[in-house]
Amino acid sequence: MDYFLELFVSGLTRGSIYALIALGYTMVYGILGLINFAHGEIYMIGAFTGLIAATLLSWTGLPPLAVLLLAAAAAAAWAAAWGLAIERAAYRPLRGAPRLAPLISAIGMSILLQNFVLIAQTSDFVSFPALIPEIPWLAPFAAVIGSAEVVILLVTAAAMLGLTLFVRGTRTGRAMRAVAQDRTMALLCGVDVDRVIGVTFAVGSALAALGGVLIGSHVGQINFAIGFLAGIKAFTAAVLGGIGSIPGAVLGGFILGWTESFAAGYISSAYEDAFAFCLLVAILIVRPSGILGRSDAGRA
Amino acid sequence: MSDDFVRSPPPGENRNPGSGRLFAEAWNSCLTAALFALLLFPLVAVRVDAIERTIAWRWGNLGWIAAAVFAISLAWRLRRRENVNRSTPSQPSPLDGEENGFREQGSALRYTGSPALEGRGWGAGGDATKPPLSPRSPRAAWLSTAIGLCAERPTVRHGAIVIGVAFALIMPLISSTYQVNVLTSALIAVILGLGLNIIVGLAGMLNLGYAAFTAVGAYAYALLNLHFHLGFWAALPAAGLVAAGFGLALGFPVLRLRGDYLAIVTLGFGEIVRLVLENWSALTNGPSGIANVPRPGLFGMELGLRGATIYLYFISFALAAGAATAVARLKNSRIGRAWVALREDETAAETMGIDRTRTKLAALALGAFFAGVAGVLFAARTTFVNPASFTFLESAMVLATVVLGGPGSVGGVVAAALVLVLLPEYLRPFAQYRMLVFGAALVLMMVLRARRALANHPGRPAQ
Repeated sequence: MDYFLELFVSGLTRGSIYALIALGYTMVYGILGLINFAHGEIYMIGAFTGLIAATLLSWTGLPPLAVLLLAAAAAAAWAAAWGLAIERAAYRPLRGAPRLAPLISAIGMSILLQNFVLIAQTSDFVSFPALIPEIPWLAPFAAVIGSAEVVILLVTAAAMLGLTLFVRGTRTGRAMRAVAQDRTMALLCGVDVDRVIGVTFAVGSALAALGGVLIGSHVGQINFAIGFLAGIKAFTAAVLGGIGSIPGAVLGGFILGWTESFAAGYISSAYEDAFAFCLLVAILIVRPSGILGRSDAGRA
Repeated sequence: MSDDFVRSPPPGENRNPGSGRLFAEAWNSCLTAALFALLLFPLVAVRVDAIERTIAWRWGNLGWIAAAVFAISLAWRLRRRENVNRSTPSQPSPLDGEENGFREQGSALRYTGSPALEGRGWGAGGDATKPPLSPRSPRAAWLSTAIGLCAERPTVRHGAIVIGVAFALIMPLISSTYQVNVLTSALIAVILGLGLNIIVGLAGMLNLGYAAFTAVGAYAYALLNLHFHLGFWAALPAAGLVAAGFGLALGFPVLRLRGDYLAIVTLGFGEIVRLVLENWSALTNGPSGIANVPRPGLFGMELGLRGATIYLYFISFALAAGAATAVARLKNSRIGRAWVALREDETAAETMGIDRTRTKLAALALGAFFAGVAGVLFAARTTFVNPASFTFLESAMVLATVVLGGPGSVGGVVAAALVLVLLPEYLRPFAQYRMLVFGAALVLMMVLRARRALANHPGRPAQ
């Protein structure tokens, strides 16, 4: 039973990180109909920025939790700027171009960013300091749930709650939903579509960077290539839950996390990644609109 | 930042920017460079070691990048200003994004430099003549028009092919073994590009897992040789057929998917194949791969390393030439036209009696067959196969070949494959920056010429 619970918790942790990244995919797809291939690289850049910020901050002698939060904030801010810059450079000029064009541009951007970090930083794995402090009252449950996992779950939950409130409650959030429903109509009603798209990219990128910092601190090492696999898996989560749907992305993230965790624990850990891809292929073939997605014939 | 991109200059503005204007542009470029520097600051200027707690500052790099951004930005602004001044400024359509309005306007203007030549140059050229990347000066426009004009004439085109073939046949005899190896990999890239061209260019199915078919071909050869001692020539068609079988296996379930969903499924398929090769150690020997794959023999003769390399080069050349001919002939055949018809409009094509399933499966199987053959050549060239040779990046490279060459065009794809393999090879000193430049080139290619490159490509516009 303990083994089951352990797998359950590790799946939950993993799933919440996938969900954080998947939110960016799903929001951008909902608004632009574009698979932002470079999103995984934003996550990677977020992790690197967080590492740099955390190391710089650790000289100030702040408590670890404060360092973690400040580093995460810095990573989110920079990742948001990266998201805006990428949208401006690689996607905005291609609005209205044939559908293949932005996808290839996104692939190019992904390769560009990976190699940029490879050159600017390093090709080796870099160790990431364990920023998440031990929580004393969790010690009896250490076999099942670690304090890092608790912090990850709490931060993720807070981020998702914040995002939901933002999309539901604010003017910009309403504009985002309007643009997702009908871009031309939103434009006619006076919504500044370019700004809304920019905000979407910034918010999605910030969430991905948050995921990057959390996972870096949890796993303990990062390198320039972590974005590709995480990006594909998060995309799987987004599609699984129904792309374009925010609760769907979260649900998809958890399902994917549990699938991987249980499959690795009970079947074989060698094929851990293959399970995710098989799940992706299976969903797209059986139910392309996902669990919570609207069924939309034109999309499939 | 977005402000200065959308500002439309007043009509009749001075053609040569005065010093005040120049200063304003320089100031804007300064701001752009500063923003860039801020964006790049953590990754470029700082390198940390969290365990040793050391921090290395590298301000120099940041300075160079900021200076480069400033120069490029200033050049871009001045050029755009010049373009705008020469044409009559008109308000761009609000739905299109103002920046595009300017760009279209700018390039449209360029072409009017030689209106008489233009129509014949690349207006009606179709696939045979590709429009140049982006003609910048009247002379460049004239030059590319002239090239386009020449390429139109069959005699010139045939002459070019003859010269190319003669060159390709003499090259290996006068260059080093290493060079011949490089040329062979270029020819393999040509075959791959042509194969993917059938799937993406003609049939319009975006495939991001093409390297999986190559992997299947390469492993088929290596395994058939290892277990059954099958020679190169027996394995060549066998591996091609196995790959084609994989193409069909992938095709059946994904036929009803389109556009980006199809792309992602093929990407997943490619990764699954690679992961299986990596983990099924009993069959594939895992990540360490299979070594000692033989080169092709010539009637049992001992060729030596150089001889075998040249021999493989000629085989690759013959196969690439065969592939090019096959695709060129297929393009205007019954099935080729069916592919194009399906690509343009599925419903209409089916109404005209085209069997969608069979036609699409044929494209996938044929494209996969080409990849399988290329995989055998690859295995024979390196005498070694491992899963790391068939990553997503390889698929992206082949896709870049097709996109750069112009989907559906045979000559373009051949040229693009040669450029994409040979150029990085001869830029070895800059090896570090190779992939960086490649990624940037993909983005630039799309941003600068997406409308032309993919003009008759499938799919609705991205909303």
